Amino acid sequence: MPFGNTHNNFKLNYKVEDEFPDLSKHNNHMAKVLTKEMYGKIRDRQTPSGYTLDDVIQTGVDNPGHPFIMTVGCVAGDEESYEVFKDLLDPIISDRHGGYKPTDKHVTDLNFENLKGGDDLDPAYVLSSRVRTGRSIKGFTLPPHNSRGERRGIEKLSVEALTSLDGEFKGKYYPLKSMTDAEQDQLINDHFLFDKPVSPLLTCAGMARDWPDGRGIMHNDNKTFLVWVNEEDHLRVISMQQGGNMREVFKRFCVGLKKIEEIFKKHGHGFMWNEHLGYILTCPSNLGTGLRGGVHVKLPKLSVHAKFDEILSRLRLQKRGTGGVDTASVGGVFDISNADRLGSSEVAQVQLVVDGVKLMVEMEKKLEKGEAIDSMIPAQK
Amino acid sequence: MANSFTRMISGRNTAVILASVGAGSLTSGYLLCDSTADAAERRKLYPPSADFPDLRKHNNCMAAALTPTIYGHLRDKTTSNEWTVDQCIQTGVDNPGHPFIKTVGMVAGDEESYELFAELFDPVIKDRHNGYDPRTMKHPTDLDSSKITSGMFDERYVLSSRVRTGRSIRGLSLPPACSRSERREVERVCVTALSGLKGDLAGRYYSLGDMSDREQQHLIDEHLLFDKPVSPLLTASGMARDWPDARGIWHNNEKNFLLWLNEEDHTRIISMEKGGNMKRVFERFCRGLKQVEHLIQERGWEFMWNDRLGYILTCPSNLGTGLRAGVHVRLPMLNRDPRFKKILENLRLQKRGTGGVDKAATGDTVDISNHDRLGKSEVELVQLVVDGVNYLIECEKRLERGQDIKIPSPIPQFRK
Repeated sequence: MPFGNTHNNFKLNYKVEDEFPDLSKHNNHMAKVLTKEMYGKIRDRQTPSGYTLDDVIQTGVDNPGHPFIMTVGCVAGDEESYEVFKDLLDPIISDRHGGYKPTDKHVTDLNFENLKGGDDLDPAYVLSSRVRTGRSIKGFTLPPHNSRGERRGIEKLSVEALTSLDGEFKGKYYPLKSMTDAEQDQLINDHFLFDKPVSPLLTCAGMARDWPDGRGIMHNDNKTFLVWVNEEDHLRVISMQQGGNMREVFKRFCVGLKKIEEIFKKHGHGFMWNEHLGYILTCPSNLGTGLRGGVHVKLPKLSVHAKFDEILSRLRLQKRGTGGVDTASVGGVFDISNADRLGSSEVAQVQLVVDGVKLMVEMEKKLEKGEAIDSMIPAQK
Repeated sequence: MANSFTRMISGRNTAVILASVGAGSLTSGYLLCDSTADAAERRKLYPPSADFPDLRKHNNCMAAALTPTIYGHLRDKTTSNEWTVDQCIQTGVDNPGHPFIKTVGMVAGDEESYELFAELFDPVIKDRHNGYDPRTMKHPTDLDSSKITSGMFDERYVLSSRVRTGRSIRGLSLPPACSRSERREVERVCVTALSGLKGDLAGRYYSLGDMSDREQQHLIDEHLLFDKPVSPLLTASGMARDWPDARGIWHNNEKNFLLWLNEEDHTRIISMEKGGNMKRVFERFCRGLKQVEHLIQERGWEFMWNDRLGYILTCPSNLGTGLRAGVHVRLPMLNRDPRFKKILENLRLQKRGTGGVDKAATGDTVDISNHDRLGKSEVELVQLVVDGVNYLIECEKRLERGQDIKIPSPIPQFRK
């Protein structure tokens, strides 16, 4: 049950003008798309599990704008949200994902062998490499909406699946409830664990309810393969390691994901996926591959170059601070990752990261020698 | 729709009529989208035992009272606004315990919550209000300020005096549950009524959305404005949704009579001034409250009240009078004395920092107010604060002179 807005039928007694949110000071994708007319048209709908339009947009109403990044401003409560509220979500998806149309098809490619190179990023600059994605389990509603019983059901199923993995994926599950503060701090410092949810972007969407009930982390013994359970999505799957061997990271990612998917399917709960939107996740920004492949890379000179943002944009890459999406960079070290999620495959997106980071490291080296980099600036990918 | 109905009708039947209107549109809602079958499916798949919260690490009144049996009885019920017990308890599940104060851990979404979920609310009310039993006891209301005696404090110690309460507008959902239009209706009803205040109570309204940052900071510094809601106790209950839509503050020209709109309650009414004249503060409080009530009644609205629970507010801790009468008082020696806590307890007083409920009490100046809200009238509680603070000042003076102090005997809880 979502909190706050379940009494949708009762609200329909009130006029649209009285219920329509004040978005005059807002700057997010939802606020750009939602008009009073659209609100009036779709506010009486509900998904089969009872998720409503007000539920979808609450986080965007409560959070007018983010300083570093244009936020989406809405979330899905279940797989059906993307159908029932397509009037709102299709234009947002198009805006967020480079003009993706309601008729477009998304290609999934998790064959790591299709990646070219990626094993030779200079470790003097590339400190660590990481690929993550999310998966939602069919038959359950999503984190903004699910009840405690559902969340525990997701956890139970996930623990069964994950603790049956073997080989390099063999590991252990740590429920957040019974982790000590010391264990938890260590995992956060290792960049393994997810934050206690304090970001209002997440809390206003209701996904932090009942924390830490049903939440946990599984990681393999080497700490190179991790799964977060019940944070912003049912599952977040992460492959990571120190240094610049993105190829190895991606291989482990693909192999691990396939194994996990097989186990879930055997239990009768595959992943949410369709051929238009790819993998279905809570935030529309993560549709498609849900993949964020990135590195922590030292670019002190390039990052203050006038053309840095332009270069990133052309390479279809995105910068973040080393603490994750809501943070700033420290000491010239940036988190550089693919900007796209929907409309291109996993392999294609990781390829962009590999090629783009390689180029930027070359540029950094040139700048260190006092040379110009204008000739190296790439065309729009 | 609520407007036209409640303007025509006054009296306690309003809520009943609204409820039946709500029920009617509920039926048509189901015809629009048949999710009843799905809802029944999900309830079968997830019985109450699957959803019962894990409260083993929790320390609040809700966690102490909620059992799987009670949860099983209440989980699938909804008020006529479709508010559920899960929504009532969410804040208590998300906030296991507060370091300085035992929190209640649940809120009401509407007037009906206190009835429909009485099986949980009643023991929580009993726990929080010293054994007050809503099933058998009656709450007295008394706003006759002339009854207060010795209400002028020594101003070498008392820096400021303040009385606040809350009032809810009958027929509209409470802040955790209200829709945007309901919240805007609360604002409209109150602002219209307040514009009718005259004399020393005449003033103006500042909408939070239209206030400049500078105006806002100025009002916070003068202890007039409410915080942007960051306390997880408030945000987890949903009362901060859509901020700052339909929130605002009204104050008179003297800045000693104020109303907050749509913070934790529909309205918070505050009378305050520098210095120690608590009697005058309470006199203005009662007068202002009565005039506001009269002004909303002229338009067919009324406050939520019944004789079991007194004034109905969002948090069960504020039922009854909803009244917190307090002072900022300098008690440097007493504040460091190990007996202070017991003295306060016996006087039925509570200590807070000068920044409000979520801040620690440090240094020489503390906020002292009544601990209780329900089971005693407004006049009784204010007199209790007056007598109690006078006693504390006496203790401070004695300690200054190197004399000993006594812990007073405990004040009885309820009238015999």
